[in-house]
Amino acid sequence: MKFTIQNYKDTRSGFGDGLFELGQKNEKVVALCADLTGSMKMDAFAKAFPERFFQTGIAEANMMGIAAGMTIGGMIPFTGTFANFSTGRVYDQIRQSIAYSNKNVKICASHAGLTLGEDGATHQILEDIGLMRMLPGMTVVVPCDYNQTKAAVKAIAELDGPVYLRFGRPKVPNFTPEDQTFEIGKALVYREGSDVTLLATGHLVYEALQAAEQLENKGISAGVINVATIKPLDKNTILEAVEKTKCVVTAEEHQLFGGLGEAVATLLAQNTPYPMEMVAVKDQFGQSGTPQELMKLYQLDADAIVKAATKLVSRK
Amino acid sequence: MTDFEHLKRVATQVRRDIVRMVHARQSGHPGGSLGCADLMTLLYFDHLRIKAPEFDMNGIGEDVFFLSNGHISPVFYSVLARQGYFPVSELSSFRAIESRLQGHPTTHEGLPGVRMSSGSLGQGLSVAIGAANAKKLNGDKHLVYVLMGDGEQQEGQVWEAAMFAGSRNTDNLIALIDYNHKQIDGPVDEVMPLGDLKAKYEAFGWKVYETNGNQMEKLSEQLENCRNEAFKGFPQLILMKTEMGQGVDFMMGTHKWHGIAPNDEQLENALSQLEETLGDY
Repeated sequence: MKFTIQNYKDTRSGFGDGLFELGQKNEKVVALCADLTGSMKMDAFAKAFPERFFQTGIAEANMMGIAAGMTIGGMIPFTGTFANFSTGRVYDQIRQSIAYSNKNVKICASHAGLTLGEDGATHQILEDIGLMRMLPGMTVVVPCDYNQTKAAVKAIAELDGPVYLRFGRPKVPNFTPEDQTFEIGKALVYREGSDVTLLATGHLVYEALQAAEQLENKGISAGVINVATIKPLDKNTILEAVEKTKCVVTAEEHQLFGGLGEAVATLLAQNTPYPMEMVAVKDQFGQSGTPQELMKLYQLDADAIVKAATKLVSRK
Repeated sequence: MTDFEHLKRVATQVRRDIVRMVHARQSGHPGGSLGCADLMTLLYFDHLRIKAPEFDMNGIGEDVFFLSNGHISPVFYSVLARQGYFPVSELSSFRAIESRLQGHPTTHEGLPGVRMSSGSLGQGLSVAIGAANAKKLNGDKHLVYVLMGDGEQQEGQVWEAAMFAGSRNTDNLIALIDYNHKQIDGPVDEVMPLGDLKAKYEAFGWKVYETNGNQMEKLSEQLENCRNEAFKGFPQLILMKTEMGQGVDFMMGTHKWHGIAPNDEQLENALSQLEETLGDY
């Protein structure tokens, strides 16, 4: 599959635009925001459906509880705040009032990871995927670009149960089809390879595609899979690809602990324990900087994936 | 007309259920459960406009109640069972392995009558506000009720929720606080004083009433008054003075029975004070 960059867009706008369209089609969809309407790109929804938009102020715990309560009566609440405040700050509220209570809340989180940039480590959560995938019954979705985020927003509304949807602040390549349908739980094979499988999530999928091109020039055939749903993990697609290449590189803007890499490692250990490398943050906090600077410094870019794949192939 | 004599007989049976459940498992929270037995009986057997024993999670077309201080699950389970949501015999499975009657109430095991998991304190008011807003969106004129503990008021989320409900005129919501002045470590005023709760909620835009939670006639009048005052632009709170352990003399006047179970002798003593009115499970 050949991808071309249509434009550069922030995935949070994919959320905002998707939410607005969803609001037009489904009157049960309500949105809650904790004083970040503009940053979350929820303005269009708030303006078009004021009776279905709930500004909670800077009170995320209350927002999660209200969202849980609104499901009782059949609403489909979408909460919006930064990933840090969507998870770590409100973990117990999510655990008891949403996950354990099996409430149909869609926890939508922007500014995930290092690439929120200059605000620094207080806001750069790198543990959120781990926190959310540990909760029984929680679906964890991490789309790779604007178009896919927009499609994912519509898809998660159709699923009856709690969902964590993770996206980000910076403009990143928008390269997947505009009219796609997002299938929850399905990993997408973007490139076939015979030497190494690159499993990436979020905007690192594009980095993985670039890495695969570079690897090809070095004589290494790399497959690329977009793991847009981290939980439930698409075991069949992943194991099938790995059976061909017999080694895996995972790539994510997240801590090594708890993220995609660990999810895949668990899967492989229980099935076919082939060698792995993990492109992820290695037990560190982030810091201020531009997204590009941070991706380079913390080795989360295409070059880091190439390096990991090259090392891995030599280990086989 | 409300038949208070009958309601009091039900409440006495509910109290028997509470001490028997906690005794059987040697685990659970009898003190607050006994203190709220009058309220819970009044709500489920008289005041709430509910479709019991039918249960639907969405609660459309009926009043909805949330228990935020989930540790008083024995009283909740007893009134739900006695009202027919599930067999009274199931009370014997309280806190047992593979029971629907978990230590703290949950929707997870599908127990009819329960709409939200609670136990980790401070979360119920937010949930109730959400349900109240859902009712408004649905054009449903029924009310949402939530019971909290007084110690629970120490949780910060309660005040986030209080601010929201007051500012956003959540006027189809009636909150109650079990004001028994006791929590696990001792008197609330020693552990972490709440100050003037009435003034605090009023400052957040609530209408606040004080009543005795162990006098059914007064409590009933207060609840009716709140129903009449609903949809007038403000949320309402009843500060309900109760006695922890009410109905069992040796459990009253102390915080010690917050979370411990009576032994065989104490059970016998307690049951001798509580007439078996509806038949034990």
